[in-house]
Amino acid sequence: MNTDKKVISVRNLYKRFGSFTANDDLSFDVYKGEIFGFLGANGAGKTTAMKILCGLSYPTSGEIMVAGLDVYKQREELKKNIGYMSQKFSLYEDLTVFENIRFYAGIYGMSSKEIKTKADELLQKLGLVHARNKRIGELPLGWKQKLAFSVAIFHNPGIVFLDEPTGGVDPVTRRQFWDLIYEASRAGITVFVTTHYMDEAEYCDRISIMVDGRIEALDTPEALKKHFKAKDMDEVFLQLARKSNYQE
Amino acid sequence: MKRFIGFLKKEFYHIFRDKRSMLILFGMPVVQLLLFGFVITNELKDVKMAVLDHSKDEYTSEIINKIVSSGYFKLVENLDNISQVDETFRKGKTKLVLVFEPDFRKKLVKGPHASVQILTDASDPNIANMEVSYLQGILQNYNVEINRGKQVTNQIIPKTRMYFNSKLESVYMFVPGIMATILMLVSAMMTSISIAREKEMGTMEILLVSPLRPLQIILGKVTPYLILSFINTLVIIGMGYFVFGVPVLGSFVLLMAESVLFILLALSLGIFISTISNSQQVAMMLSMFALMLPTILLSGFIFPLRNMPLPLQIFSNIIPPRWFIIIIKNIMLKGTGFEFIWKETLILIGMTAGLIGLSVRKFKIRLE
Repeated sequence: MNTDKKVISVRNLYKRFGSFTANDDLSFDVYKGEIFGFLGANGAGKTTAMKILCGLSYPTSGEIMVAGLDVYKQREELKKNIGYMSQKFSLYEDLTVFENIRFYAGIYGMSSKEIKTKADELLQKLGLVHARNKRIGELPLGWKQKLAFSVAIFHNPGIVFLDEPTGGVDPVTRRQFWDLIYEASRAGITVFVTTHYMDEAEYCDRISIMVDGRIEALDTPEALKKHFKAKDMDEVFLQLARKSNYQE
Repeated sequence: MKRFIGFLKKEFYHIFRDKRSMLILFGMPVVQLLLFGFVITNELKDVKMAVLDHSKDEYTSEIINKIVSSGYFKLVENLDNISQVDETFRKGKTKLVLVFEPDFRKKLVKGPHASVQILTDASDPNIANMEVSYLQGILQNYNVEINRGKQVTNQIIPKTRMYFNSKLESVYMFVPGIMATILMLVSAMMTSISIAREKEMGTMEILLVSPLRPLQIILGKVTPYLILSFINTLVIIGMGYFVFGVPVLGSFVLLMAESVLFILLALSLGIFISTISNSQQVAMMLSMFALMLPTILLSGFIFPLRNMPLPLQIFSNIIPPRWFIIIIKNIMLKGTGFEFIWKETLILIGMTAGLIGLSVRKFKIRLE
């Protein structure tokens, strides 16, 4: 982790929907190559904040720089520099593995030759060479998910946003998925990830925990456990979640 | 541009790999056209006919014999007076009245011509039209027969009058009607479903995060259906012409231009529907109830608008196919030029612009 280089810088971010404040004065930095965990109960405002960082939605107010670009003024430039994967895996079931790669790489402006070489390398690495021309719908969930992540970083973005990427998969596959995340992080890609799983929170370099639209805690997992005198992240999370005004 | 072509390619894969889409796209127009075409234009048999013979000579009785022996017509009544015609039609006793003028024989022998009037009940315009052409055929044959070997030929002139629907408005109506239905279905329903599918599967978010502009995404979604709908238009007109003999009397270019305008309208409707629905199911239900049923019921395609209660007649004004059918009918069947359909064209353009405006606004709200 290189704390000199800020990849995401958020100052006083507010997002209001009518009288409801989804994001209440958020300020934080994310550094290059870091795995940044973004935690919170359902409805705490994680997805709203992430959408703003991706340029999918405008903030009500605040100063936000992503990859050195202003999310208000430089959206088009910004979009080329980020990758995104949602909990729905976002690959087309009726296209083959290669067609999916070609399509997504194509809309990021990569050349056909570049796509072909890189796709072959990727399939080799994932052990999916035999499935190159199979439709995504025929693949098991775990493979789809690894592939979706690889496609999200195929165009070599500075930052990748992962929105609950491991929902609904078994622990072994989840562990393998995290290996891919570590690899991306080592390659210098900043990973911004939201999750529900507290064991996954432990894998992050730093985590922030949101309650009712505010960031209640932000530090390394170790420091947080120490601060809240908790034996694991689960306990930290529960202590903070109890502060919520809207109990589920 | 390269990005856009990649996007189009993907869209075509979606369409060609989905059996349901393919069936709706290419199976349905053909099946509907054949169904409507053959159900409406069936064979004639034993059509009830009455005769009002002012001449009562050997020629007229020979003609009547010929007509009856053809098997298509059955003589049910002999009338004495023209005033009985209306009554016999109204009572439904007969579908057709044949009127021979006084001194038919004399006029036919001396020349130059004798006339016979064909009166039909045109409340079922297709049948009426067929009856007339069958009768004209029989009369024509007879005419040739009696003139054989003669130097001076005398003519039997059939004069036709349609009762109850003198302009014969819905003959061949099924081609414009089906064109409107199919274009509506393919363009609006298929685009709205295909955009809703991207939303449902979560791929829309990925597309929106990508460097593709929203306009590019929408154009990419819409272009394949524009192309396929255009092909469908050609297929329907071609089949109408070659299988059912439905003519294109007016300008073909104008017909195509108006069709493209209607396709654009249907596509913008599809986009609009997709902006207000988040799943394929909702998009499909909306398209079915908001588009398909009104297109079939309230466009004047099957049921004449004149016969509807006033509120429905007023409501039918906002149904785009209503105007499109008028345009198509005018160009194809009446051969009229743009000067007679500019008002309807303007209405369609206005509707298209309105829908695009609404969709753009909706799309922006969603992005906020």
